[in-house]
This record gives sequence, structure tokens and C-alpha cells, in this order.
Amino acid sequence: MIPAPFDYVRATSVAHALDVLGEHGDHAKLLAGGQSLLPMMKLRLATPEILVDIGDLGELRFVRRDGETVVIGGGARYADLVASDVIRQSVPLIARAARRVGDAQIRYRGTVGGALAHADPAGDLPAAILAMDGTIVISGPRGIRTVAAADFFVDYYTTALACDEILTEIRVPATGAEKCWYERFSERSAGWPLVAVAVAGTRIALAGMGPTPLRATAAEDVLAAGGDFAGAAELAAAGTTPVSDHRADADYRRHLARVLTHRALQRAHSR
Amino acid sequence: MNEPIRRRPARPVTVDPVTTPRSTSILGTRVSRIEDPRLVTGASVFTADLADRRLAGAAHAVFVRTPMAHATFTTIDTSVAAASPGVLAVLTAPDLGLPPAKPHFGAAMVEPYLAEGVVRYVGQAVAVVLAETEAQAVDAAELVTVDYRPLPAVVDVSEALQGKALLFPDVGTNIASAQDTAADPAFFDGCEVVVTQQIVNNRVAPAPLEGRAAAAVWLPRNSGYDGEDAAVRTPPSRSENPFGAGGSGPHAAIDDDLRLTLWLPNQGAQTVKKDVVDAFGIDADRVHVITPDVGGAFGAKFGAEPDHIVIAAAARVLGRPVRWSETRSENLAVMPHGRAQYQTVTIGGMRDGRMIAYRLDVTQDAGAYPRLALETPHGTALMAPGVYAFDRCEVSTRCVLTTTTPVGAFRGAGRPEATAALERAVDLFAAEIGRDQAAVRRRNLLPRFTSPFTSLTGAVYDSGDYPEALDRVLAAADYPALRAEQASRRRRREDVQLGIGLSTYVEITGGGKENATVQVHSDGSATVFTGVSPHGQGHATAFAMIVADRLGIPVQKINLVWGDTDLVPRGGGTGGSRSLQLGGAAADGAALAVAELAKRRAGELWEVDPADLVIDNERAGVSVAGIPDRFVTFAELAAEEELSAQHLFAADGATFPFGAHVAVVDVDIATGKVRLVRLVSIDDAGTVINPMLAEGQRHGGLAQGVAQALYEEATFDEDGNPLTATFADYGIPTAADLPTFELLDMETPTPYNVLGAKGIGEAATIGSTPAVQNAVIDAVSYLGVRHIDMPLTPQRVWRAIRETE
Ligand SMILES: Cc1cc2nc3c(=O)[nH]c(=O)nc-3n(C[C@H](O)[C@H](O)[C@H](O)COP(=O)(O)OP(=O)(O)OC[C@H]3O[C@@H](n4cnc5c(N)ncnc54)[C@H](O)[C@@H]3O)c2cc1C
Repeated sequence: MIPAPFDYVRATSVAHALDVLGEHGDHAKLLAGGQSLLPMMKLRLATPEILVDIGDLGELRFVRRDGETVVIGGGARYADLVASDVIRQSVPLIARAARRVGDAQIRYRGTVGGALAHADPAGDLPAAILAMDGTIVISGPRGIRTVAAADFFVDYYTTALACDEILTEIRVPATGAEKCWYERFSERSAGWPLVAVAVAGTRIALAGMGPTPLRATAAEDVLAAGGDFAGAAELAAAGTTPVSDHRADADYRRHLARVLTHRALQRAHSR
Repeated sequence: MNEPIRRRPARPVTVDPVTTPRSTSILGTRVSRIEDPRLVTGASVFTADLADRRLAGAAHAVFVRTPMAHATFTTIDTSVAAASPGVLAVLTAPDLGLPPAKPHFGAAMVEPYLAEGVVRYVGQAVAVVLAETEAQAVDAAELVTVDYRPLPAVVDVSEALQGKALLFPDVGTNIASAQDTAADPAFFDGCEVVVTQQIVNNRVAPAPLEGRAAAAVWLPRNSGYDGEDAAVRTPPSRSENPFGAGGSGPHAAIDDDLRLTLWLPNQGAQTVKKDVVDAFGIDADRVHVITPDVGGAFGAKFGAEPDHIVIAAAARVLGRPVRWSETRSENLAVMPHGRAQYQTVTIGGMRDGRMIAYRLDVTQDAGAYPRLALETPHGTALMAPGVYAFDRCEVSTRCVLTTTTPVGAFRGAGRPEATAALERAVDLFAAEIGRDQAAVRRRNLLPRFTSPFTSLTGAVYDSGDYPEALDRVLAAADYPALRAEQASRRRRREDVQLGIGLSTYVEITGGGKENATVQVHSDGSATVFTGVSPHGQGHATAFAMIVADRLGIPVQKINLVWGDTDLVPRGGGTGGSRSLQLGGAAADGAALAVAELAKRRAGELWEVDPADLVIDNERAGVSVAGIPDRFVTFAELAAEEELSAQHLFAADGATFPFGAHVAVVDVDIATGKVRLVRLVSIDDAGTVINPMLAEGQRHGGLAQGVAQALYEEATFDEDGNPLTATFADYGIPTAADLPTFELLDMETPTPYNVLGAKGIGEAATIGSTPAVQNAVIDAVSYLGVRHIDMPLTPQRVWRAIRETE
């Protein structure tokens, strides 16, 4: 479990990190909490030549409310979200999802920026951010740009981020009063979700149901047309393309999406 | 309900009637583990941590492992790797300088140390890279190329049995061993009901916290630090170490005067030594094996594996110490797996619940090479009829090779498979005749027996009270209330249904011999040398208690020495739950012998007949009966002359722990997800020396048993690629997945040793797996489900439910 040789730079600021990225292009990789990148490097599935460590950058580690928007720094830890009053009150769905990630060690190390940039289709935070219609703020050599969460996730482990860019912020509408629930299914208490469903109001996002987190649009349409939860849940897996692997096959994942969507809608709206 | 049986065999300890008699023995009490301060403060030394001077300047070994499940090759190109930074050598099979590998377990198929022209499972070692640093070795290992020509993978055991693709074409079959019984056509005659079922006893990875590792060095004999005094003498510092950093270079002529010291985490240094001596074909006194602290083993660290032999050979070829410690992925893909049986049970009986005939057919998936899996079906066959009074029992077994990780021993090794098959069969029979599972068990259990009982398969059960065990767990679980709760949930068609699962079991432990030496020192402390080999269980505490009970030396002053073949030349190691009942009994015998020796010495000192002397356990010494002032401590006697004695204990037979478990599960009908709610167990392993240690073994055993039932399975795709080679993919449960275990005590002593102890290491694993499996199937039985194979993953349970719709 020894990574291939690499160089290491501890970034002193976002600007510094951008400089180093600019210099090394796709030979460089940002290192945040290391909870996805380091395991991949140890298995030599990732072999970056240089690591740019942004894990300690205070300027990325914050959570604040900005009018009707909650702004989360790309360097905020899962544990920061769980402990944050702003998150709990203004975007409780994100607190619910963050609380369920991995175990305590993972939550103290792993960052929101890393989770989104890594873009595991079964990740907890990506689905929650998608259900919240979040906006991703990206800094790069050409300045700052924003991408809607719906456009950010492109494919398995692939996002709209370029190799010389940094995810600096996530902006989500403060909808504290909105009904929400995060329904997550895994075989054991510690483990990635097989399928998870994030519900906020009438928006429904799915984790583990395709190459990216997905909106269950057919189900949302049923709700928009005044249909009931059961009817909406029936269509939760419509158009999804989950994988079949040694944990479960696609059929079962689709079944789970329907059951969990029904439960998430019921729990969200019974509260 | 009866009181638990708590009877201790009469002990021959003489208590001085004048001094205050000892009212209580330390045995049976919860003495805290004396080994824990070291283990929990990081003061322990595992093989990878060794800072022994003899290993100064060690090269680091990394194996080149094949990514192919089955392939031939002609060339291994090591040139680029050999030329990369820090690399000292890249060795392939011919470089090892070893005599040809020998067959094991009577099989015709021979496992090489490094692959020779053919690989037979993903992870098999084809070469070993030796470099100055581990990182350099890892880098170089990626540069070794092999011209593989793929052969068909053989993953499925039925295909392996058909033998279309052979792992060893010369042998002409994939079957490594077989004990087939001709089926008796009249076997089920007279039975009103006969039920049959195919069952997969899932393959699991032992997954100890510490993986495999080794460190090896060959030193000139009599160099001053390879001999018996190695542990005490301080070798010269690294700079003056003639055998360290510099060495004699690769491919140095093999000096006949060199002696191997091999460190490795293992369950039996003496067994390893024998394996190493056999592999190298050298005299036994040229091999010294040491097992430092061992971070778990579960049966999978017994004897030397090919990788260990390669490390020892590499150190000889290189003329330099070599160390190796595997990664987690290597561990999951290469350390022998356990279980992996394909069973067919057929059970016949009467509608009134009487079970008459039981037939068990076992195909053992042995993996790519003959390892301990060739032995496990014997245990399965022996324990096939278990705790029940059948009229007839018939067993056939065979071991077949597949292009997968070799299968070895894992916690219970053969007996859990027997119990799992039988307990499923009983539930299937009960379901077929529409009777309650507890009632069917109760009706067919062997009655309590106090003198040995010979089973249909020839096992001689030493002592047991199976009905008592079942009655007590049923009462503790409140079985009728659970059934009422289940009925009400079913009536109300609740989303989460309740399942209640039972198992009653008997297993076999111990048997054979073990030795111990007790030596008392002039400072009042004592050392116990044992041939068994702790790796987490708490032997140091248990053995100290036994010796303290005999000699009155405080537990804290008793040191346990094990796992060093120079210090303890003979020993059977720890496995098959043998340690306390054999090694503990040997320590007890050695302590008694020390007491006798002390009396003889004191008798000589005072010119008194030793028969008039007594052991004073209060003051750790000897006095004249009735004259407490006439007293000498063991320490004083030891100062005069070495006070030490050895004892070889030979048991009259194996012992048969037994028990009963009740598992209660919630099953989410919509998703198939199982939550274990309760696990009530009796695991009667005879007299308990330290309840806390016994409970520790039961807790771990229950957890691993539950893990097999619900979570764990080592799997391969159809090309033979392992799918569970990381902990992200191989799902071990954590405490959060398990309920608080409800342990009931029951102690039925064995007559076969003075302690009355049977083995507790594997019992709870054996009982819990089928109880949990039966509980899940019970939860969904009202839908018509009769069987689901383990592990009972949500998807499997859901599919079984759906198939009834
Ligand atoms: C045992 C274990 C269990 C886990 N269980 C779960 C789980 O249940 N649910 C779940 O959702 N996740 C789980 N994870 C993954 C965890 O959430 C990761 O922490 C997270 O996916 C990555 O965050 P990080 O800060 O550790 O990123 P890193 O590992 O440091 O980086 C991940 C990737 O993101 C890039 N990156 C990091 N930060 C930025 C940035 N600001 N801008 C642009 N790119 C960036 C890196 O270059 C890298 O490619 C688990 C991980 C482990 C080890």
C-alpha cells in the first residue's frame, strides 16, 4: 500500500494552489481530506506526480449564511456541516446527509469540495447538493465561474472541473422550513450507500443509480401534477442506469430507489 | 429450571490446617488481562515492528503476484526491475535454491513456492523483489513482466468436478481427495417425510487485524546470537554487525554452518519449524522460529506458507536479512480463505417430529492448492449428526481444486459447516411437517449423558446436556412471547417482520498432547514455558492463574513464554480451541511437579519426609504440616538450585463443547434488509477458568458467526478475479451492526483434564451462524420461503421473498 513516488506542495493560499496547478497541468492533483485520493494512490489507481495540499487552507473552510443563500467553503469538513447551526437550520437536508457519511474519522477529514470533485455516483453529499439545486463556485486561471449542480456532475468520477481549477464554494438556497429527508440504504452501518434518496420539498435526487447523482424527474413530475407519493415513487427509477456488481444488481437497485423514494417522501412530509 | 452445573474437579492441593485455610481459588474469577497494558499502549512488538539487531540492514521483500487466475508462462522478465533503484535482486523459482516442493495432505497436486510455468489463482507469487526500501521494492515489482498465456479459469465447483479444465493435467482430475460412501438405497426406508436441500456454506476471509509477515536471517552458528541465549545476549551494534548491512552478496555460496532465524506471526512456531526444516531439507537444529506478538489469526496462520519459505530462502540467497509484510489486499486475496463448502442435506423422519436418517454430501472448494481445506471435511463428517439421536447417518465428502485463493482453516474449520448443514436440515424438516423448530429439536436431542457417548460417526462425546442448554436459552429468550410477537406482526402484515432462529450444537476440540515447563526464580517470580501460542485470547492471564492457584505466586509475577523454538522446542500451538484444556492442563501439571520438587528439596533441607510437608499458597512456599514456622519460600529454594519442572499432558480424548443459541431478527420485507436484534447463547465449554476471557472468546465468536451469516463472502468473477480484495468490498461488520449479546453460563466439566475445561475459542462461531440464518428464513417463512443461502444480504432475502410472489 505504498503510492507511486510523487512531489508535494503545501499551498499557502488558493492563489498559490492555482499557480502550482497551472504550472503542472494534469500531472498535479489537489489533496484535501485525502479520504478518496489517498486510498486510490495507495492502490496505484491514481499516480499524480505532484500533490497540492489545500487541506489546511483556512480561506476554504467556512460555512456562512449570505441572505437567502448558505455558502459552504470547499474545504469545510463533513463534521463542520454536522456541527453547524447554519446548516442545521437553513439546509437540514445537508446536515442529515453529512451525518451519514462513512465514520467519524472520515467525517473529520473528508471535505465537501473533495466529495463533489471526486464525484462518486453513490456519494452522500453530491445527491444532497443536487436535491438542493446547489451552485458550484469554481476558481481557475480565467477567474471565477459558477456551475449549477445539475451540470456539474458529468459522468462516473467526472465533473465540470478542469485540472487547473479549484472548487471553492457551494451555494445552496436557505430553505430551512422546507420539508426534507435523506433516506440511505447500506448493508452495514459503516459503508457506502447502495442507493440513497434525498428529498427536499418536491425535489428528489438519487445516489447510486447511474454514472452521476440523478434527479428523479419522472417522480418529481408526478408530484408536480398533484400525484401521490406512491405514484411518484413508482417512477423513481425511470430512466436510471444503475450498475450490477458484486454488491447488488441493477434490478435490486431500481427496486430500492422506488422503496426509498416512497419512504423519503413520507418521512419528509410527515414531519 | 435447574441451576447451572458448576462443579470443579477435586484438587489434590494440600491446605495447611493451622494457617487460615484458603476459602476461595483464583480459578473461576475475573482476573483482568495481564497482557493488556502492553498491547493497548503500543508496547507490543509485531513482526513488522521488530527492531531486532539481527535484522539490521534487512532488505525488503515485495512479491510479484499474478493478475491471472489460470495461465501458463515461459518467461519472467526481471531485467528492468532488477536494474531499478535500490533493487538487490529479483528472484524467481529456480533462484530460490530449494529442493522441489513436496506434496501435502496426501494430494497428488504439489504447490510450488513460487509459480513454475503456470499460475493457478490471482495473487499467486511468481517472483519476489528484494530492495533496500519497501517503496523501491513496490516500484520495481510493477516492472516485472510475464508472458502469460491464459487458460480457462475454474471458479465453479461443479465445473471443477466435471474436470473439463484441469489445474494439474498430469494428475488427470481436479479432485484432491475424496471419502465417498456408497449411498445406501434403503437409507430413508420407513421415513414418512424426506426433505433435501442444496446449501452453500459461503467462503469467507479470515481477515485478522495483522496480515501475514516474516523476517528472516541466516547467521553463523555459534556466532553468539543465534543460540538459546539469543534472547538475552545483546548483539553488536549495526556498524560492527558482520551479518547485517554488508552481507555476503547475492548468490553467495550457501554456508552449511548458517542457521536460520525466522520471525513470523503464527499460531505455532514449532509447526512452522517443522515445515521449514522439511522445505529446506536441513537439520532441525539449523532452524529457529520465533512468533512475536500476533495480531489475530483465526486458524489462518498455522504452519509456514510458501510465501514464508520464499522469504527464508531469499535471506539465504541474498546473504542478508529480509523482511516482508503484506498489504491488506494481498491478505484478502492470498491468505487462505475458510468454509467454502457445497453441501446437500437430506433428512428423513416421521410426521410426529422424529428424525430418523440424515445424509450429508460435501464438496469442499479447496482453492488452487491442497492446504488445510483437505482436512476440514473430516471434521464436518465426524460432527455430521451433531446433538441428535438419528438412527442412521451417512456422509460423503470430496475436495476439489478451483483457480481461486487456497482454502484453509478458519475458526471452527469443518465443524461450523457440519452444524450449519444440520441445523438447516432440522428447520427444513420442521417446516415440512409443520411443527415448531424448538419442539422438533427438543424431541430429537440426545439425552443428558455423564459417561462418554459414541456417535453414529464414531465421535466419542465426553460429556453433555443438550436439552438443558436448549431449555435455558429458550427460557431466557422468552420463546413463547417471541412467537406471539411474530404472529401478531404477521397478522398485521407489518413492514418489518420478526424471525426467530435456533441452533443446538456440539463440536470437537483439543485431544492430543501438550507440554509446559514452570520455573520459579529466586526473586519470587515464575516463568511458564508453553507449547501453545496466544494471539489475542489471553493465555498469559489464564496460565498465570493456573500456576498461581497451585503455587501461590501472584499472577502479576508469572510470565508466559511461548513461540520461540529455542526456548520451547516442542508444542502443538494454538488452534482447535486446544490451548487451555491441553496447555493449561500441562501448566497445571508442571506447577504441581514444581510443588513436589520443592517439597523434596525442603525435605532434604530439614531432613523431613516430604510426605509431612505441605504447600503454603498464602506465602508461596513449603512448610511442615502443622508447624507453619518451619517454612521456606519457593524463591529461597530457587536461589539454592534451579527450581523448575516440565510436564507433558496427554488427554484421554478430545472434548466436545456444546450449546444452544436463539437469534432474533427484524426483516424489512420491502428491502430484504436484516437487523439482528438479539442473540442469546449458551456455549458450554466445561469449567471456566476466567469468565471474562471466556466471554471475550464468545463475543468474538458470535460476531464472526453473525458475519458469515449476514455480511461476509469472498467472491470471484467468472474469470477468477477476486471481487473482495479490499475492506471497501469485503464487508466485515462493526459493533454498530451487532446487538448486546445475551450470554448464559453453563459449565459441564470434561473428565479428560484436571481443569474440567473444554475449548471455547470456536464454539460461539459454530452456534451463531445457523441460528442467525434460521432466524432470517423463519421471518419470511410465512411467505413460503424455505431456504436462502448465506450471506443473507438484503438483495438475496428480497429475491427469495419476490420468488414466492
Ligand atoms: C472508509 C471510507 C468510507 C467512506 N464512506 C463514505 C460514505 O459513506 N459516503 C460518502 O459519500 N463518502 C464516503 N467516503 C469518501 C469520503 O466522503 C471522501 O472524503 C470524499 O469523497 C473526498 O473528500 P476529501 O476531502 O477526502 O478529498 P480528497 O481525497 O483529498 O480528494 C478527492 C478528489 O477531489 C479532488 N479535490 C479535493 N478538493 C478539491 C477542491 N476543493 N477542488 C477541486 N478538486 C478537489 C482531489 O484532487 C481528488 O481528485 C468514504 C471514504 C473512506 C476512506
